[in-house]
Amino acid sequence: MRKIIHTLCFMCSVRCPIEVIVEDDKVVSIEGSPYVPAMKGGICPKGAAATATLNDSERIQGPMIRTGPRGSGQWKQVGWDEALDYTAERCKKIFEEYGSRSAVWAERTNLITDLSKTFQKAIGSPNHITHDAICKGSLNTACRSIVGYTDGGISTDWANTRHVILYGRNIFESIDVKAVNNLLDALGKGAKMTYIDPRVSITAAKSTQYLMIRPGTDLALNYALMNIIIKENLYDADYVNRWVKGFRELSLFVKPYTPEWAEEETGIPAGDIINLAREASAVKPSVIFHYGYRASHHPTEIYFRRSMIILNALMGSIEAKGGVFIKKGPKDAGFSKGFRKFSDQEFPEMEETRRFDGCGQEKYPIVDPAHGVGSIFSHAVLSEDPYPIKVLFNFRFDPLYSNPDYQQNLKALKKLELIVSSDISFGGTTSLADVILPESTFLERSDPLRMVQGLKPAIFRRISCVPPRYDTKPGWWIVKQLAERFGVGKFFPYNSIEDIWEYQLADLGIKIEDFEKKGFVSLSDEAIWWDRKDKIKFKTPSGKIELVSSLMEGHNFPSFPPYQKLKIEDNKFRLMVGRCAMHTNVATQNNPYLNELMPENVLWINEKRAKSLGIENDDRVEIESKAGKGSLRAFVTDMIHPEAVFMLHGFGHQEIKSTRSYKKGVADAMIQEYILDTIGGSPALDHTVVSVKKIQTEN
Amino acid sequence: MGDYCITTDSKKCIACHACEVQCKAVHNIPVGATLGKIVVLGPKFVNGVPKMSSVFLPCFHCEEAWCLNACRKNAIQRRDKDGLVYIKEESCVGCKACIKACPWRIPQWNPETRKVVKCDMCMERIDQGKEPACVAACPTGALEFGEPGKLSDKAREEYGLNLLEKNLAAGLE
Repeated sequence: MRKIIHTLCFMCSVRCPIEVIVEDDKVVSIEGSPYVPAMKGGICPKGAAATATLNDSERIQGPMIRTGPRGSGQWKQVGWDEALDYTAERCKKIFEEYGSRSAVWAERTNLITDLSKTFQKAIGSPNHITHDAICKGSLNTACRSIVGYTDGGISTDWANTRHVILYGRNIFESIDVKAVNNLLDALGKGAKMTYIDPRVSITAAKSTQYLMIRPGTDLALNYALMNIIIKENLYDADYVNRWVKGFRELSLFVKPYTPEWAEEETGIPAGDIINLAREASAVKPSVIFHYGYRASHHPTEIYFRRSMIILNALMGSIEAKGGVFIKKGPKDAGFSKGFRKFSDQEFPEMEETRRFDGCGQEKYPIVDPAHGVGSIFSHAVLSEDPYPIKVLFNFRFDPLYSNPDYQQNLKALKKLELIVSSDISFGGTTSLADVILPESTFLERSDPLRMVQGLKPAIFRRISCVPPRYDTKPGWWIVKQLAERFGVGKFFPYNSIEDIWEYQLADLGIKIEDFEKKGFVSLSDEAIWWDRKDKIKFKTPSGKIELVSSLMEGHNFPSFPPYQKLKIEDNKFRLMVGRCAMHTNVATQNNPYLNELMPENVLWINEKRAKSLGIENDDRVEIESKAGKGSLRAFVTDMIHPEAVFMLHGFGHQEIKSTRSYKKGVADAMIQEYILDTIGGSPALDHTVVSVKKIQTEN
Repeated sequence: MGDYCITTDSKKCIACHACEVQCKAVHNIPVGATLGKIVVLGPKFVNGVPKMSSVFLPCFHCEEAWCLNACRKNAIQRRDKDGLVYIKEESCVGCKACIKACPWRIPQWNPETRKVVKCDMCMERIDQGKEPACVAACPTGALEFGEPGKLSDKAREEYGLNLLEKNLAAGLE
């Protein structure tokens, strides 16, 4: 029998709406939803390769308990009851000695996040972290410091923009199909795109202007842009007068940062900087200084991210057509309430309120506790500060490869008494686990509903398309089974996904049948824009755009610290990492089709620097930092700044059960040093200094 | 391409290879064989500016098809109604004469079925009124499928209207 099902993809975190055609319980095709115009019916390569994951015999095929040393690949297949009972018994013993605070739940944010937070609250542990903070914690903090919303609370109006400025935001390789199409349409209508990156990416090749910047100096460029914008009165004066607090302080601060000063630091000619400021201003407020997606590059990350948001404020582009907008939710669309959340129930008081990562507390006072400071996980385990961490619930997350300093991560993970991992395939952390509770793929499971805020808020549904191919389960089922064994099942008042949907929708007056045709329900037919003169609801204490941030100053962090020049020895390189369209973080390298397209990473190195090191294209080279070393093939090119080397993130897997990606390329985490932005909360993944040499082969 | 044509809009192509992967996924093609192929040049500097370009190469479905003429078992056939060239899998003996005969080596070897497999332009989908899988999957609409006359009509309409619009705006009629 043939069925057409509208659901949500999950090959990456974008979660595009898709149409899946199923015949006799087999997926025949996956295409973009025809009901979401910006999808254009299309799909990215990862989405197209979803059936290759679904049918992969190297997937985890059922619950397992480890029998050999960590990472040895020795497991026994067990039933669900045995795996869950074992987990609960081990935890009970550990909690008796160390308390439930010794358990950290770590995950990639997903549709069961409300349930995993409920679980931690129910067992009495304050420790829930998500991958978000590792990817973009500092952007979250930067946004809240200026407009009061997190980065997830704002977005960009690609379709109507007239000039977008991207700082390494490689939108045509790290893709969100809807955004890509909206931007391509805008470019087709004559919009400009300025792309700034030490490396020529596909986005650079699609841009109207490409500026090769010295790695790590984007903040200097932005201070010079502000300098010119203020000096030449290029800002939106009405908007700034109405909404911006701290303009005077900013004007004084950026005075010394002239384009000539920035030219020396960034390598971008002063004339180009002045032109960019003038060109952007000419089309204000329909201009986007894009604040980025991944925001974990340098220790000054929060100031760099703040500088982009400040540039938008000067252009008057926040809540402007073709600029940045504040996302609207159900209340803005006229509903009195949103989803009912399981984590809003009343829980017993926690014995321990100090988080292991000090997030929102003494150590990281202004980082968002909704995501935590995941980068310090390994450090916290090894130092036992403020208390010992013994258990890791690891859900579809891979701190071994996602956090910098692989060796430190490995040591920390090996020190844990219990790792409970839920995953689709054998990732790095999962391969070190004690128990594996395998999740079904997104094609085999239904999930809690997804509220998508935006100009037109809507609710989307993921629904299972085919029965599980192996003995795997959905996350919401696994969490409840665990909770029951911990004696806290009452906080999970459901037996089926339908019960969860009903609970979520209880206050909205929307029925689950309403999702049948399109897979989503729109909460507003019209795009919701607020009146720019009087009705923009900034969530800062003053209700304004705070350039001098009360959030930061209140915790003794300066809003405008002087710029520190970036130095590097002549014989070293700065390691940069990034993404390609064919892979998602560290999760897809073993997918048969995606592995075929992009099996390993190579090291991009500038041709002049390579020549002086005697390195030719395709030579094997060794890259080394204080954290570690690795060997991979060199890609010698003029398309990268002489001071930088670049590699794709996510390779160099050591998991013997994932045979296609095993030992292919180098893990960037192996080379990256443990350096953080201690104010904003992101790791500094592009700050590590490395040396490169040719590996001599014997003939 | 029989009575059809697939065009590539290089400006829109982001070299993501979704077209290739979707073709494999829909037709259950193993690793190692690629039916529709996107060929990408760049990114590279041209006069100091980064540029790239791409072209999609499925089977051309030639009117004088080398593969069809080379097959001794009549496993390669042409559809009367639209000229598409396809393989009758049950008749293929795996001799690979078609691969050798094709100037572009377009027929591919499927090591699982131990037979040759080639692009049939998704005949079944076309019969259902759909586009070939590669074209439908393209996330940016860089690939376009249609009858040559209609594609030509559309391209000229777009170009002409744009030109007239500019002329009108400039006060020319």
